[in-house]
Amino acid sequence: MVTGVSRDAGARCARRLADDPSIGTVLGVDVVPPRAELGRVRFVRADIRNPVIAKVIAAEDVDTVVHTGVVATPGSAGGRSSMKEINVIGTMQLLAACQKAPGVAKLVVKSSTTVYGAGARDPAMFTEEMAPRAIHHHGLSKDAVEVEGYVRGFARRRPDVCVSTLRMANWIGPKTDSPITRYFAMPVVPTVFGFDARLQFLHEDDGVEAIHHATVNDLAGTFNLAGDGVLSLSQAIRRLGRPTLRVPSFTASSTAAAVRRARLADFSPDQISFLTYGRGVDTTRMRTEFGFEPKYSTAEAFDDFRRSLGTGAMTRVSSLLTAGLGALRG
Amino acid sequence: MADADVIPIGSGGRPGRGSGRRTTPSAAARALVGQNKKKSRSAGDEPADPSAGGRAGAPRGSASAGDDGLGVVPDVEGPELPPFDFGGLERAVRQLFGEDGERRVAEWLAFLRRRLTGEYELDEFGYDSDLTDQVLLPMLRPMVEKWFRVEVRGIENIPSDGSALIVANHSGTMPLDGLVTQVVVADHTGRPLRTLAADLVFQTPFVGELSRKGGATLANNDDAERLLRQGNLVGVWPEGFKGLGKPFAERYKLQRFGRGGFVSAAMRTGVPIVPCSIVGAEEIYPLVGNIASLARLLGVPYIPITPFFPLLGPLGLIPLPSKWLIEFGEPIRTDDFADGAADDPMLVFNVTDQVRETIQQTLYTLLMQRRSVFF
Repeated sequence: MVTGVSRDAGARCARRLADDPSIGTVLGVDVVPPRAELGRVRFVRADIRNPVIAKVIAAEDVDTVVHTGVVATPGSAGGRSSMKEINVIGTMQLLAACQKAPGVAKLVVKSSTTVYGAGARDPAMFTEEMAPRAIHHHGLSKDAVEVEGYVRGFARRRPDVCVSTLRMANWIGPKTDSPITRYFAMPVVPTVFGFDARLQFLHEDDGVEAIHHATVNDLAGTFNLAGDGVLSLSQAIRRLGRPTLRVPSFTASSTAAAVRRARLADFSPDQISFLTYGRGVDTTRMRTEFGFEPKYSTAEAFDDFRRSLGTGAMTRVSSLLTAGLGALRG
Repeated sequence: MADADVIPIGSGGRPGRGSGRRTTPSAAARALVGQNKKKSRSAGDEPADPSAGGRAGAPRGSASAGDDGLGVVPDVEGPELPPFDFGGLERAVRQLFGEDGERRVAEWLAFLRRRLTGEYELDEFGYDSDLTDQVLLPMLRPMVEKWFRVEVRGIENIPSDGSALIVANHSGTMPLDGLVTQVVVADHTGRPLRTLAADLVFQTPFVGELSRKGGATLANNDDAERLLRQGNLVGVWPEGFKGLGKPFAERYKLQRFGRGGFVSAAMRTGVPIVPCSIVGAEEIYPLVGNIASLARLLGVPYIPITPFFPLLGPLGLIPLPSKWLIEFGEPIRTDDFADGAADDPMLVFNVTDQVRETIQQTLYTLLMQRRSVFF
């Protein structure tokens, strides 16, 4: 059973699982019917915030639950309170239902590296054991921390269930529509004056593959998933060839509000601090214990995304420079 | 203008460069000749010129692509000539810098293009070797060589490969000693020095950004051990702000060496500790007072008062040109301790004291040898 299939990431995970002949039936659950074609996936209209989900699990004799239903943006959920409801209460109800269902043998949770927060006191690379240094009281970051808390509680109460928590770096790719991809698609990209965040990305195909990998193998534990290498924010924007607007940090939240009103991108305060300080996660365990090798590095994933955007204004300047070089080399 | 006559230097007014390196003149060179001959030529020759300039685009492109691959040369044939006078640019560059300068300027342009397109690599700590080698270190070098006239001793104590932890005394109100050590190590060993900096650095706009790009990361055990495991030279100033912001009267008296975290990091990774004593940094901004209330308000450890700082305004920010001596001492091995030694606080304290004593003694020796503060 896959939750959150009406959204793009969930739908793609469900499709990928359904394509695998070793998996019997794939059940997609969400409140609204999915827009995307689901193929072999059977859609069940149910709300994970409601105890009805327990009946679905019992009636369909579900053995594996893949939870991709954590919403990243208040906009897509219809407001911050609704987003919190879906993320936190939804996870609680889902886990409560799983706890009562003896048939459930595996739980895969799609979490995010936002659980580490972002701040000036962060170590360069977070390993899975490290606690966040900068605690956020907003948005997805807080929700993700709470969701993981409930998941750990569930793992304690049901030690027979194999629980994998996948802390994924920001998904990026031509098909992903997320705050971060919308941010980079803006014609002039605002950044925080005097800071340059280190970013890691996970290509959307790798993300889907990783969920499939965790579902078909028994890999209990918490794993960081990200592409190799880091890009700095300024470097990423230069690769896009877009002009940057550097705004002082005290105007960052009002800029974010203006951007939100203009419906260009949807920013929460934790994303602003992410774009200020950045974050890096250590992916040693992804290779050694999880046994997963992403196809795309951070830079390659970003390049793939860039190709879907087209060139920006700064590209013109660099081609001029190239011409200048040619003249000098004579 | 008289300058116009000097333009065809090196080629004697003939097409091409006159260096004998090439046989076909570049398009820029032809354009150059065309312009100069305008004065002497008869009007009948003029119509042939534009076509010559247009045809020359092709050989230029093919010749430079095979040169050394510094850049991909775009198609600039016929009517799609770039909207910029590159012939003039080349002329000016050669006039200003000579043949070697042309290569240097080309390298600079290649660097600039890499920066504009983002085609450079960062490591996971955000260290930007491209920017550091091309911009940051060259900018600091005059300060190190001309202003402070740094004299380096014991550079052979830094291992030429493998990691080492360089531990130094901190002084001078502003952390210039860190920057100077970074330049010195990079110039003498050819290896970058990765520094560990306070969290205040990364909270400060620009300073934090540039420090990360220059190879600094936050001073904590996780990052230090990670850098050491990857075989880097790591520099640490364990006195921190206590050493940096101590009054001028207490110069060259080492403060407490933190909590000895650097020793446990070295022990866990089995990396030698190289003690480094820096003389001269104490005198760059003699700290005579501290505006404590303003410092608290701004959330910084101190607002310094030096004989020149608030008095002369920005001029007071120029460091005094003291003469510096930097001595790297014998490495202290940590790989022969038993496993779990890093978790033995008494042992860690002992090694910390040993490092501290070594630096303190070397400081006294260097101070005895110093003839004067400024020479």
